[in-house]
Amino acid sequence: MTAVLDTPPDDAPRVSKPSRWAAPPRPVWEEPPNKAGLAGKGIALTLACLAILFPLWIVVVTSLQSKKTIDEAGGLVVIPKGITFIAYQELLSGGQVQKAALVSIGVTVVGTLFSMTVSVLCAYGLSRSGSLGHRGILMTLLATMFFGAGLIPTYLLVQALGLTDTYLALILPSAVSVFNILVLRAFFMNISQELIDSARIDGAGDWRILWKIVLPLSRAVLAVIGLFYAVGYWSAWFNASIYLTDQDMMPLQNVMIQLVQMQQRPVGLQAQINTGQLSPLAIQMAVMVMALLPVAVLSPFVQKHFKKGMLTGAVKG
Amino acid sequence: MSNSTVPRTTTEAKTPARSPAASGSAAGRRARDGKNSGKLSLKLRFRRDRTLILMTLPAVLLILVFNYIPILGNVVAFQDYDPYAGDNGFVAIFNSPWIGFEQFERIFADSAFWHAVQNTLVLFFLQLVLYFPIPILLALLINSVVRPRIRAVAQAVMYLPHFFSWVLVVTVFMQIFGGAGIIAQTLRQHGYEGFDVMTDPEVFKYLVTAQTVWKDAGWGIIVFLAALSSVSGDLYEAAAMDGAGRWRRMWHITLPALRPVIALLLVLRVGDALTVGFEQLLLQRQAVGVNASEVLDTYVWWNGIRNQDFSYAAAAGLIKGVVGLALVLIANKVAHLMGEQGVYKK
Repeated sequence: MTAVLDTPPDDAPRVSKPSRWAAPPRPVWEEPPNKAGLAGKGIALTLACLAILFPLWIVVVTSLQSKKTIDEAGGLVVIPKGITFIAYQELLSGGQVQKAALVSIGVTVVGTLFSMTVSVLCAYGLSRSGSLGHRGILMTLLATMFFGAGLIPTYLLVQALGLTDTYLALILPSAVSVFNILVLRAFFMNISQELIDSARIDGAGDWRILWKIVLPLSRAVLAVIGLFYAVGYWSAWFNASIYLTDQDMMPLQNVMIQLVQMQQRPVGLQAQINTGQLSPLAIQMAVMVMALLPVAVLSPFVQKHFKKGMLTGAVKG
Repeated sequence: MSNSTVPRTTTEAKTPARSPAASGSAAGRRARDGKNSGKLSLKLRFRRDRTLILMTLPAVLLILVFNYIPILGNVVAFQDYDPYAGDNGFVAIFNSPWIGFEQFERIFADSAFWHAVQNTLVLFFLQLVLYFPIPILLALLINSVVRPRIRAVAQAVMYLPHFFSWVLVVTVFMQIFGGAGIIAQTLRQHGYEGFDVMTDPEVFKYLVTAQTVWKDAGWGIIVFLAALSSVSGDLYEAAAMDGAGRWRRMWHITLPALRPVIALLLVLRVGDALTVGFEQLLLQRQAVGVNASEVLDTYVWWNGIRNQDFSYAAAAGLIKGVVGLALVLIANKVAHLMGEQGVYKK
C-alpha cells in the first residue's frame, strides 16, 4: 500500500444531509433504483459482510459455552445455549495466558509510544522542505522501501547487539515504519504555513510549534498511525519466535499458536480440563477472542480517518 | 516533546541573522522553501535548522542500525560463516573464511530451492488472478450504495480483518475448514466423509489465496473508493443528459476513472512478486508440509534460523533481495512511463 494518488482526500458525503438510514435525495437526472438491482446489491453486501462476521461469531460464541454444550455440538457452536464466562475466568486467574496477555499489552503500549514519538519527531523534522539535509535524510528513509537487508543479517545483528531474550528485540528492529513517517509528514506539510509563521513571529521554537500547533491539528492522522503501530505490535509473533527462547516471555500471539495450532493445553489448567468442567476448545476460542478484541473494538473508531490517512501517504519528495 | 515550556528565546533568538534567514518572517520561509537558501552559508543553514535535524535523528539512527548495517551483513553469503568464530555473531564475520560463490552454486544445484521459487510464482499468479479484482468489485459495490449509514457499516466490517494477526486468520480458517473444523464436523454428522483442506497440498494454494482475500480484500477498497469519490458528478450528469443509462455510465465514466489506479497497483504488485505471505505460510508449514508451502522467504528462514546454515540462507536471501529490487525498480519505471507517480517521483 504505497500507492500514490493525485486525488484530493475527500470525506465529503455525496449528499448534504445524511439522515440516519434513509436514502438521501437523488439528483433529478438519475434513474430511480429498480428493485432487482437493489435486491442484488443487498444480497451481495450481506454475503460479503457475513463471510467476515460468521467465523468471528463462531469463535466468540464457542468461547462462551460450557463443556456440555460444546460436546453436544461435537465441536464449534453456532447457536449459543446459555452463556458462561468460565473459560475467561480460568485464563485470567493467573498462569501462562494471563502472563502472555500482560506481555502483549506492555509491548504494545511501550512500543507504540516509542514508535509514535520517534516517527512524529522525524516527520516534523522533514516537513519543512528546504531545510538543511532534508532531502538526503528523506532519500535515506525512502530507499529502505525498496530493499530489505534480509532476514539472516538482521538476525545476526540483533544477536550481536545482545537483544536476544529481551523485550527490546520485539520493539527496536521494527520500531519505525517509513510509510507511517511519510503519512505524518504529508499531513504536517498541509498545515497552514501562515499559522506556523505567526507562531514563529511570536517567538515559538520548533519544539513548541510541534507541541502546541501541529500536534493538536493532527489528531486524526495521529489516531490512524497510532492504530497502525499498535496493531503491528499486538499482532507480531515472528520476532518473538526467533529472538525469545524463554517460554515465560512469549506474547499472546505466540501462546495462541501453541495452544490452538499445536493443540497444546495451557499450563496450569490441566486440572479443570481433566475434571471435565472446561472444554479445551472453549479455552482456545477464549484466547482468540482476547487476541482479536482490542483490535475489533478500536478500529471502528478510527475508521473514518483511514481514507485520508492512507492517501496522504503520497510521497512528495 | 517535553520541551513545551521552552522559553521564548531559545531556538530562534540564537539564530544570528534575523533577516532574511530568520525563519520567522515570510522571507525566511521563502528562503527555506525556495532557491534563496542557496545564498546562505552552510553554517547559517545548520544553525537555523539544527532543531529539525535533531528531531529526525532517532528515526534515522534506528533505520541506519536496523536497515542499513544488516545490508553489510550480507557478506556472510560469500563466506563459510561460523557463528562461533568470534565473541559475537558480528565479530565472527571477520574471522570466517571467504569462499566466493560456493554457496550460490550450492543453491542453484538444490532442487528444493527451485521448488520454492516455483511455489512462490504459482502463489503470486493465483493472487493476481483470484485476489486482485475483488477489491475493485467490492469498491464498485460500496460506491453504488448511497445510504451513508449502510455504507459506513459495510466499510467498518470489511476493514476489520485487515487488523487481525495472521495467527488469528490462519487459526480461524483452521477451525472452519480444518479436519476438526466446523465444515468437516457438519459433514460427518450428516453421514458424509469428513475432509481436511488445511493439510491437503493440492488445495493448499487456493486456501492461502482465500485467506488473503478474507484478510485484505476489504482494506484494498480504500484506494479505489478514493479514486471514485474524486470523479466529478458533472460527468455523470452530462452522460445522463446524453442518454447514457446506469450501466453505460459505469462503463464510460466509473471504470475509466479507476484505470490509472488499477494500472499502478498492478505494476507495483508485479514488482513485489517474490514476496508472498511469509508469516501466513510459515504458520501453516507444519500442517501442510514443506512441498506445498515452501516459498523463498520460508526457505531462507528454514535454512538460516532453523538449520543454522547462515551463509547458505543469506545467499538465498540475497538472490531474492536482488531480484526483488530489480523487479521493483522496473515496475516503478513502467509506472513512470505510464505517467503515474510510482513509489517515488522521478
